[in-house]
Amino acid sequence: MPTVRINDQSIDLPPGATVAHAVEHTTGRELTPEGRPADGGRLGVAVALEGSVVPRSLWAAADLEENAQLEIVTAVQGG
Amino acid sequence: MTSAHETTTSVDPGFDTALPALQIGAYTLRNRLIMGTGGITDLAALEKALAVSGTSLTTVAMRRFNPELKTSVFTMLERLGIDVLPNTAGCFTVKDTVLTAELAREALETNLIKVEVIADEHTLLPDVIETLAATEQLADRGFTPLVYTSDDPAAALRMEQAGAAAVMPLGAPIGTGLGILNPHNIELIATRAQVPVILDAGIGAASEAALAMELGCEAVLVASAVTRAQRPAAMAHAVRRAVEAGWHSRSAGRIPRRQHAQASSTFEGVIDPVEELT
Repeated sequence: MPTVRINDQSIDLPPGATVAHAVEHTTGRELTPEGRPADGGRLGVAVALEGSVVPRSLWAAADLEENAQLEIVTAVQGG
Repeated sequence: MTSAHETTTSVDPGFDTALPALQIGAYTLRNRLIMGTGGITDLAALEKALAVSGTSLTTVAMRRFNPELKTSVFTMLERLGIDVLPNTAGCFTVKDTVLTAELAREALETNLIKVEVIADEHTLLPDVIETLAATEQLADRGFTPLVYTSDDPAAALRMEQAGAAAVMPLGAPIGTGLGILNPHNIELIATRAQVPVILDAGIGAASEAALAMELGCEAVLVASAVTRAQRPAAMAHAVRRAVEAGWHSRSAGRIPRRQHAQASSTFEGVIDPVEELT
């Protein structure tokens, strides 16, 4: 069971977890294999793994190693 | 029903009263007022102000996903049919700026990015050295950079040469509401630029948005002036009209400034002065 850092918080994910699992865990929304919300609409979320952006189409294939550092961001009020 | 101040006869003014769209790189801006969404906690009031402003492009910031936030500004903008302009607010370095822009492109599926690299938290003034480098990299990566910069005409020109699709000089520091501190510089920037100049930051009241347009800016970005106004929707309405008024005022061709008075009533046919009674 890998323990990863998501937005500076330690999270335990099931064995074999991918970036897609981390996004589902954080947003509470189920994803299609293409990284889109299964409930339709838009997710408005992006992921950086170890400081590099992972395109949503690759989320399901991106395995997470122990202590992986993830940033999961979205649009908020500003500017 | 017609308001008391409007006439009932309609005359063809001989020009289009609607403002033309503005091309920013590959993006077409349908309306000349870009809005910000920061500085207001009442989201219903924000939604109303955005709708009243008539804006077609509105800024957002990129931050860590917070599951506790039930309402999303992204969803609100989608509902209103407003395009989203992500910014890189909070970035101090080229590296952070490029990563934030890449995250924004991935999350929001837009190439538009408002490049904002600040020097320090007290003045929030742009660090033009870092901004220039970030602009160059983002343009190379296929972004459409709208670049927040100082009101320095030399710096503005450098941003354009580095690949800015629009240059966004500040009127005054962010959130100050001090208006346009150096109108001469803003006019010089607007006159020399080959890309659209959009006044960003400093506007506190509608008249200052009109002035920006009169100085030759192609659009105006307003955030705090509306979101922190006592009545945001009313200020949004005022700024919208001011942007239109300023654009028309500019295109109408103002009279030159003169040293001395110039009578608008002829002296010809004026009656003889009445002799003073003794």
